[in-house]
Amino acid sequence: MANHKNNERYQRQITLKELGEIGQLKLKEAKVLVVGAGGLGCPALLYLAGAGIGKLGIIDFDQVTLSNLHRQVIFSVHDIGLSKALRAADVLEQINPDIDIIAFNEKLNNRNALDILKNFDIILDGTDNFESRYLINDACVLLKKTLVYGAISRFEGQLAVFNHPSEIKTAVNYRDLFPQEPTDGEVLNCEEAGVIGVLPGIIGTMMANETIKLITHIGDALVNRLLTYNSLNNHFFEMELSANPETAMMIPRDADAFRAYQYDWFCSTNSAFDLVPEQFQEMIKDKNTQLVDVREAGEGPELADFNAIHIPLSRLQQQIPDIESTNIILFCRSGKRSKVAAEILSRHFGRSKKIYSLKDGIASWHKF
Amino acid sequence: MRVHLTLFGQLSDITGKREMILDDIPDTATLLETLNTMYPQMANTKFAMALNTKVIKENTILHGDNNIALLPPFSGG
Repeated sequence: MANHKNNERYQRQITLKELGEIGQLKLKEAKVLVVGAGGLGCPALLYLAGAGIGKLGIIDFDQVTLSNLHRQVIFSVHDIGLSKALRAADVLEQINPDIDIIAFNEKLNNRNALDILKNFDIILDGTDNFESRYLINDACVLLKKTLVYGAISRFEGQLAVFNHPSEIKTAVNYRDLFPQEPTDGEVLNCEEAGVIGVLPGIIGTMMANETIKLITHIGDALVNRLLTYNSLNNHFFEMELSANPETAMMIPRDADAFRAYQYDWFCSTNSAFDLVPEQFQEMIKDKNTQLVDVREAGEGPELADFNAIHIPLSRLQQQIPDIESTNIILFCRSGKRSKVAAEILSRHFGRSKKIYSLKDGIASWHKF
Repeated sequence: MRVHLTLFGQLSDITGKREMILDDIPDTATLLETLNTMYPQMANTKFAMALNTKVIKENTILHGDNNIALLPPFSGG
């Protein structure tokens, strides 16, 4: 019975002799994870579910907002405020109840990534930030998973298949193309740059198409090639990628190194970070770290536990030249002024220094 | 040597152009120096370079006519 129904469901694609029943069976056996149920992820998910991918994972930590609806085509106004991952899973279930849909309502990070990704064969990167993109790439390299990459910027989109095992070609990964993470505001995200909903629709749909081609071994997928599409003039530009010997050194060498890698530091648009008391306690032991007390003169309590230079927040701008170390920890009583100070120093030094602010101030550290 | 340059993403915003023709460019390092002088903001931007649709990492001597594309990474999704 189920077979009859499925033959009817997939009849139009099984009719393609290149795909056929064997291709359909391959789709049923495939395990695909889509990271990000956003502008790229939504169209990709709709078509992958429709095509009958046997096990389809969705990971997203975010909730649906009104400003998502012009491009995140799975959702409606009734979904505003709901989890994207869970709601997308419900909608896809209604489109195709014959496949397994697994929703992860959480943020992919370097602690959970390897455990989640290892259960899938092909990973689609539909995220919207470099922190996630480098993290997903590195995890795919460590786990030897094929990565279908899509990204957009204003009116242009990029598409590629990275890290795909092949007997003929060396697998190329994202870092072979862009070894280093961009810095401080170098690249704008959708929120800052703007986007017409159709563009991620096109690129996300192409990501689904590459995935189906890879699984069913039809056509010529964009393995080790990068395609750029310009939606204003309809120009496509394709280039051939090659492995870069330096890249291997930039990817964490094993699972432990991956979990210790600070993706947020490398890719954040910020160079200032909060420190919790436990981290503060560790870092004050480092002789190369300069502690800066930004409280006003005469403000207690006095601290004898460590050496700090005293620069009240009100005088910070004038005294910036006194700060020489590349690692700086700022603190005050409750953490508010040190956060402001961190922003000032971050604007001044950019990413040339690592700047930390003690979260909730010495009040919380004393309790610790 | 003549270079037909195609600029993508943010690089076309910085230069105000999607395409450019530059003459007397002996190698790719000179091309980058020339562009950095013309558009100082480019020096702070990361991008990949493709010579005749193949990505290159090292300085490369140019002969005759060359199509060079400069592509910055995109993060949007």
